[in-house]
Amino acid sequence: MAYSEKVMEHYTNPRNVGTLNKDSKSVGTGLVGAPECGDVMRLQIEVDENNMITDAKFKTFGCGSAIASSSLATEWLKGKSIDEAMTIDNMDIVEELALPPVKIHCSVLAEDAIKSAINDYRVKNGLEPIELAKSHH
Amino acid sequence: MELPIYLDNNATTPLDPRVLEAMLPYFTNKFGNAASRNHAFGWVAEEAVDYSREQVAKLIGCTEKEIIFTSGATEADNLGIKGVYEMYQDRGNHIITATTEHKAVLDTCKHLEKLGAKVTYLNVKEDGLIDLAELEAAMTEQTILVTIMYGNNEIGVIQPIKEISAIAHKFGALFMTDATQAVGKIPVNVNEDGIDLMAFSAHKMYGPKGVGVLYVRRKNPRVKVTAQMDGGGHERGMRSGTLNVPGIVGLGKACELCRLEMDGEAKRLSALRDKLEAALSQMEESYVNGNTQHRLPHVANISFKYVEGEGLMMAMKDLAVSSGSACTSASLEPSYVLKSLGLSDDLAHSSIRFGLGRFTTEEEIDYAIENTKKAVNHLRDLSPLWEMFKEGIDLSKIEWAEH
Repeated sequence: MAYSEKVMEHYTNPRNVGTLNKDSKSVGTGLVGAPECGDVMRLQIEVDENNMITDAKFKTFGCGSAIASSSLATEWLKGKSIDEAMTIDNMDIVEELALPPVKIHCSVLAEDAIKSAINDYRVKNGLEPIELAKSHH
Repeated sequence: MELPIYLDNNATTPLDPRVLEAMLPYFTNKFGNAASRNHAFGWVAEEAVDYSREQVAKLIGCTEKEIIFTSGATEADNLGIKGVYEMYQDRGNHIITATTEHKAVLDTCKHLEKLGAKVTYLNVKEDGLIDLAELEAAMTEQTILVTIMYGNNEIGVIQPIKEISAIAHKFGALFMTDATQAVGKIPVNVNEDGIDLMAFSAHKMYGPKGVGVLYVRRKNPRVKVTAQMDGGGHERGMRSGTLNVPGIVGLGKACELCRLEMDGEAKRLSALRDKLEAALSQMEESYVNGNTQHRLPHVANISFKYVEGEGLMMAMKDLAVSSGSACTSASLEPSYVLKSLGLSDDLAHSSIRFGLGRFTTEEEIDYAIENTKKAVNHLRDLSPLWEMFKEGIDLSKIEWAEH
């Protein structure tokens, strides 16, 4: 199975690889997946007082499509508000990266990582976590 | 040096140009049907097939009449196992095999279970070898066949074939082996090893795809298998179908070359493999899978902890290798062979198999070492697990959200 050009591009030049201070109140961290399943994504966002995402970083253990999905997610997150970020759907990632059906779970994982990072931020700042739809699982 | 570099010789090998040369006339002017007994075209083809039978027999130490040509090792495995089960059903219905066998053996056994066979799947030890005491304990009066592979396709370990066949025979069972990865690479002799049936194919030893062999012993004991295809009664009634003459000629030539060049080639390949393995296992958190004493000379299987195999292969883009990672298959399950060794799923996901071959050069191995090291380091920089490991976090204590 050949990879799409966009997957290759993100894989070769991943955006926003790195680590934010997970103890900071302005940082939300999402860690999803499991080593046994062959993918783990850690996605972090830094949020300012206006609920805008000013920075996003990731590290991913997984196949090329998982790495590309998380790289793309960080690119999309920067400059968005939390509310806008909540609307990112895994199918947007599938479409942008032209993921084949067997790799859709990589995009699902990226969406989960975004939402989990947002919830971590919300809980740290005294807000209720957002109920997540479990429709993917 | 040309890129990419082919290091997946356990999947298939390139055709040796000398083999191709031997085959070519049998596609064109020597096109006859080896079963045409009444004209020269048939005789020429039959003569070529007979010569190939001699070449094959010489490599494995049997007689020409014990060679049944098939379409490959998968068909030979099917014919051997199903054929023995059908032929010896009145003697018993028990078959013993191992969990690390190729799917051609495992799925054939599963098929027979549906038809009433009882199958024991022996576990292997951490090094990939079966436990002989366990085999002996599993033998019953109903056991008609023990089928254990010679060399494993994923990790290269070589089972103690002589000891296994001795145990099978002690209990009056036949011994079969899938020797696809071993024949042509290391000395395999059906008499010294006590083998009654043996499957292998041409394309793993620099011959063409689509042709293989089932060796069926004719003396001490005389073994028979029930044919699995009805037709013209070719191959002494055991395998009908017009013989693939060019393929068979290629197989014969491939066997001859392997026989003549085996000693030097095995030494050369194991030296290259050891060089590759030594360099890569020096990296932090890398592990060689399988027994390193009893194994084929050309295979190395290494897990690079905290990186995922498919992602790693993408970074090793100038190297054609394979991985036990789930992502390389449609099933999303990591390699069952590696899991049989007791490897955790995450280490199985992190494995890379390097399969060297006749055309592998030292320059290529040097390149492969550098390329792999770079790729592993690159992916570890991207890996949250590596970062956590470096911070001293015990990953087994984390509650992962499995998906």
